[in-house]
Amino acid sequence: MNPRRANLIALAGNPNCGKSTLFNAITGGHQHVGNYPGITVEKKEGYCHLNGNRLKLVDLPGTYSLTAYSLEELVARNYLIEDRPSAVINIVDASNLERNLYLTVQLLELGIPVLVALNMVDMATARGVAINCEELGRRLRVPVIPTVARTGKGKEELLEAAVQLAKKDVVWEPLHISYGPDIDPVLDRMEAQIRAAAFLTETHPARWTALKYLEADEEVIRKGRQKDEALSGKLEELAEQVSEHLRKTLDSYPEAIIADYRYGFISALLKQGVVKHSNKADRLYLSDQLDRVLTHRFFGPLFMMLIVFAAYKFTFTYSKLPVEWFEAGFSALAGFADSFLPPGPFKSLIISGVIDGVGGVMGFIPVIVFMFLAIAFLEDTGYLARVAYMLDRIFRTFGLHGSSVMAYIISGGIAGGCAVPGVLATRTLRSSRERIATIVTAPFMNCGAKLPVFAMLIAAFFSAKEAQVMFLLTILSWVSALAIAKLIRLTFLRGPSTPFLLELPPYRLPTFKGLLIHTCERAWQYIRKAGTIILAISIVFWALMSFPGLPKAEKKIYDEERESILAEASQPTSPEANPAARLQEVDYREAQAALKNSIAGRIGTSLTAISFVNGFDWRTNVALLSGFAAKEVIISTMGTAYSLGQSRRGEEIPLSGRLAADASWTPLKAFSLIIFIMLYAPCLATIACIIHESSWKWGLFSLTFNTAIAFLLSALVYRGGLLLGLG
Amino acid sequence: MPIVPLRKMTKGQKGIIHRINASGELGRRIRDMGLVTGTPFWVQGRAPLKDPVAIRVRNFTLTLRNNESDFIEVEVEEVL
Repeated sequence: MNPRRANLIALAGNPNCGKSTLFNAITGGHQHVGNYPGITVEKKEGYCHLNGNRLKLVDLPGTYSLTAYSLEELVARNYLIEDRPSAVINIVDASNLERNLYLTVQLLELGIPVLVALNMVDMATARGVAINCEELGRRLRVPVIPTVARTGKGKEELLEAAVQLAKKDVVWEPLHISYGPDIDPVLDRMEAQIRAAAFLTETHPARWTALKYLEADEEVIRKGRQKDEALSGKLEELAEQVSEHLRKTLDSYPEAIIADYRYGFISALLKQGVVKHSNKADRLYLSDQLDRVLTHRFFGPLFMMLIVFAAYKFTFTYSKLPVEWFEAGFSALAGFADSFLPPGPFKSLIISGVIDGVGGVMGFIPVIVFMFLAIAFLEDTGYLARVAYMLDRIFRTFGLHGSSVMAYIISGGIAGGCAVPGVLATRTLRSSRERIATIVTAPFMNCGAKLPVFAMLIAAFFSAKEAQVMFLLTILSWVSALAIAKLIRLTFLRGPSTPFLLELPPYRLPTFKGLLIHTCERAWQYIRKAGTIILAISIVFWALMSFPGLPKAEKKIYDEERESILAEASQPTSPEANPAARLQEVDYREAQAALKNSIAGRIGTSLTAISFVNGFDWRTNVALLSGFAAKEVIISTMGTAYSLGQSRRGEEIPLSGRLAADASWTPLKAFSLIIFIMLYAPCLATIACIIHESSWKWGLFSLTFNTAIAFLLSALVYRGGLLLGLG
Repeated sequence: MPIVPLRKMTKGQKGIIHRINASGELGRRIRDMGLVTGTPFWVQGRAPLKDPVAIRVRNFTLTLRNNESDFIEVEVEEVL
């Protein structure tokens, strides 16, 4: 058994009970967010001081129950069993007592020392519900302390009570509930057998283990089989007998009976003097009145469009200026390095590899910060749940969830978003299959980095119909994302949809402190996790594009050319031609030759063996390869490949005119390229986020699968178009 | 009192849960949200596309997809 962890206090409670708010109120800024090892469930830890004691608080994921179905529940349960905090603060929403106590009862059955924070008592009072805390505490046999997390009211009393409880160093004392004549006798028998064999008893209370066997809890049964195969078999058989008996006599099963009795226990608990309703319960409150408009058949979707659009505007408008500061800062840094470092591969590594790489990571931070602020606001007010409720019907058709919409919109569902915050926005999705399908398909949306590339190609080939083509591309990205999500859900992520059953919490005004803490944590996490991967890979890319460089003999030809231009220019009788422009032209041709000779150039050239199907030559291939680092780089690489010079980000390049004049380019080819760019591998930063949010497996999947889809569809467009005579 | 599946209920209609036919994960989630035999509730509304349905139960609002509400049999007070 792990030693009892003095001063370790866990916070448990339902989603929407104000748990995070209370956690923030107690710990302030002193908290740390990470993930539980190997999974994407957030682990929040924080510290606070009380009378000279340093308390460690852990905010467990919000759950309705302690079963083994969702990752959150499993994490919360295993934390309590394995880390054995010295007390659990169970936060209970006072205006939603019955359902919240369902978790409380399960905590008590586990036997862990519990104290109840009866939260949002102000709201309950306003709704005319008066709760007798002392009486409730007496009946539950645990301390019950009224709190208002938003204002911090009651938090000192709560902490003091928690410390008192933690100090007692009591043995875990599980609550016994009667589960009726069908279950109780078997439960007793199982408990006796478990106790006699000391089966899992060092960590799990005997009766609790027996209950879990009756509830057919896969996780506990698995642990049991490992521990003692024979006894586990006996317990499973007993559970099966009860199950069989219940099926025959009551047409029910143990799990259902157990839940019935738990709720029965709760309603008995609340009877006679614990809860008083002074006015009619269930009347329409402000929140419900808001819902009459915000989820109205006609006005609901209308408001939703407005609100989602506003969140999008907020994210990308307000982040624009800080993004520019970051960019300016990094180009100043690059300029500084340019003037100080001696020319050579080291300088190139620092500027093109490290500074551009780090700049690429940092450049996303303002967008991420504003996106998280917007999403956290929508989530904390309760509106995001309404969005999921209203859109679920549509998204479910494609194997997704109503909440998938935010990730799509942010990623560029409204053209110009960014897949990095988009992928991070899937955190609000609790169902795993739907979440992965959303993560993999969100990068199909037209993000802000693809837009300049599209704009360049549209200006070259579809200049008469710019707006129509852009609109068509937005529609196409939605259609592809949804269709491919469906395809993935029918193949790689096959399986029934996760149950929806979503609570619509009352509308609440979020606390500013909560929003701020939430947002800063996320941004910091991004810098730490994504930053390292991006930096490493951008150095690899720099090497691919720069090595091995031109052979000496070839380099010499360009040097001689330059010398002869300079020599000509120094003659007083030189022709009117501008030597600077001619020198630059030589530089550009040299850069093109170097690019073609680089590893990336060679890969691009050998890829033409396949890419001829889509109509791409080596120039396009190498540009697409470089676009993996960041999509907007496609333009500058293409510029180099067409001997137009490699400009730094943001500079105008006459590439559009060059392509339009090129006989080998046709509108069909340009369109095939647009389709490819829309769908192929997400950029480096996005892949880093996908890996962080799911696993390496899905990161590599989105890299290869999305590229394969892009290749197929773009080939289909190109070859189909040629057949139809559009080329 | 007539017994109908939750899907068939109309907005504003009241009922008491008669039986839940779902087992496994769906069954457990339904129970975790406080829906067990004998629980009174009323239908608060439906999403703009008629699915999911929102019910008011135990003082909070719960939404379920129609194909999930099929598993819930309800004793209704009267057929509206």
